[in-house]
Amino acid sequence: MSAILDGFTVVAVMTGAVFFLAGTVGLLRFPDSLSRLHALSKADNLGLGLVMLGLLPHVDSVAGGLKLVCIWLLVLLSGSTASQLIARTLQRGGSQS
Amino acid sequence: MNDVLNLVLAAVILGLAAWTIVAREAYAAVVGFIAYGLLLTLVWVQLHGVDVALTEAAIGGGLTGALLIGAAARLRSTEARARAERPGQATRWLAAAFSAAVTGALAVVVLLLPVPAPTLAPEVVAHIAVTGVGNPITAVLLAFRAMDTLLEAIVLLFALIGVWSLAPDRAWGGRPGLLQPVDPNGMLAYAARVLPPIGIVAGAYIFWVGADHPGGKFQGATLLAAMWLLVMMAGLADAPPTSRAWLRWLLVAGPLAFIGIGVVGAVHAGAFLAYPEGFAKPLILVIEFALMPTLTLILGLMLLGAPRRGETS
Repeated sequence: MSAILDGFTVVAVMTGAVFFLAGTVGLLRFPDSLSRLHALSKADNLGLGLVMLGLLPHVDSVAGGLKLVCIWLLVLLSGSTASQLIARTLQRGGSQS
Repeated sequence: MNDVLNLVLAAVILGLAAWTIVAREAYAAVVGFIAYGLLLTLVWVQLHGVDVALTEAAIGGGLTGALLIGAAARLRSTEARARAERPGQATRWLAAAFSAAVTGALAVVVLLLPVPAPTLAPEVVAHIAVTGVGNPITAVLLAFRAMDTLLEAIVLLFALIGVWSLAPDRAWGGRPGLLQPVDPNGMLAYAARVLPPIGIVAGAYIFWVGADHPGGKFQGATLLAAMWLLVMMAGLADAPPTSRAWLRWLLVAGPLAFIGIGVVGAVHAGAFLAYPEGFAKPLILVIEFALMPTLTLILGLMLLGAPRRGETS
């Protein structure tokens, strides 16, 4: 059983890391700000979500697991708020670079 | 494995430090500095200094970063002109040589430290029981070196007065910051409604566990101030006019309570800021509770800047 859980953790965290890598590459290579925001949100949402999911089988208590989920939800909230603000500034004719 | 992580961390921090120095634009340098502060938090965690890590994340990375972003935004219009008048080659080389000398001297001093380093930690552990608190950091900050903490709070108050004194005459006593346009259905307003309940609980928790675990009033106050600022930035509430009596009383309440307890100590325990036997824990709690709103207001108001509008706008 623990081998299966360990395997799950490895797969989930690795997949999360791939999303972080892809998000970073997108942030560096995409041509305009909106696509870069799109790349970044993948790292935030899916990357961190998968890392969190992979760590869940190894928490000591239910409260510890809930804390992990809360951290992910808070990052989701702040990430989407920040993206929204940046995107709106762009729409209103902020700097295009 | 841990060594690899530490080496990568050190390399990235050095790279970010170099980036902060060579970046041409103030804004880019500030972004580098904020990332630098957040990575420094990880270093403190690796060194098992969780208290310092929390403070670095809240004050060093968060609050200072926000202050610097504001400063960089204001300097943007003058940046091209400032860059046009570059100092001469000789001045720059001299500055570089001086900086390198300071860094070298610091490195030598650190390398020459005796091993094991002289420490008062065993003394603190031996006497922590008399304070009644469980976190040695809190015991040092509020009992053994309470004077430093008192002066720190007063310095912050002076800093706020310094910020306020930059106000133009007609705005003196008015509201700080700009009036924020309200977009009741905007994402920021949504975040400003959802986040504060969580942030206030987290701030109060960090403040309360500071007695026995890593945490304390500074870190908690920074979180509360951040929540207050978020609500004001979303336009859900306006900044209070700086001439309000309740505001000014709250700003001095913390240091005043601290000094008052210090005087009581001078009368009853023989020294300024000494706690009478058996009363250490309750008195420390009183000081912490009095300092908390003061610190929250000072940190929040410092980020808002000088008063810029009249009282009624």
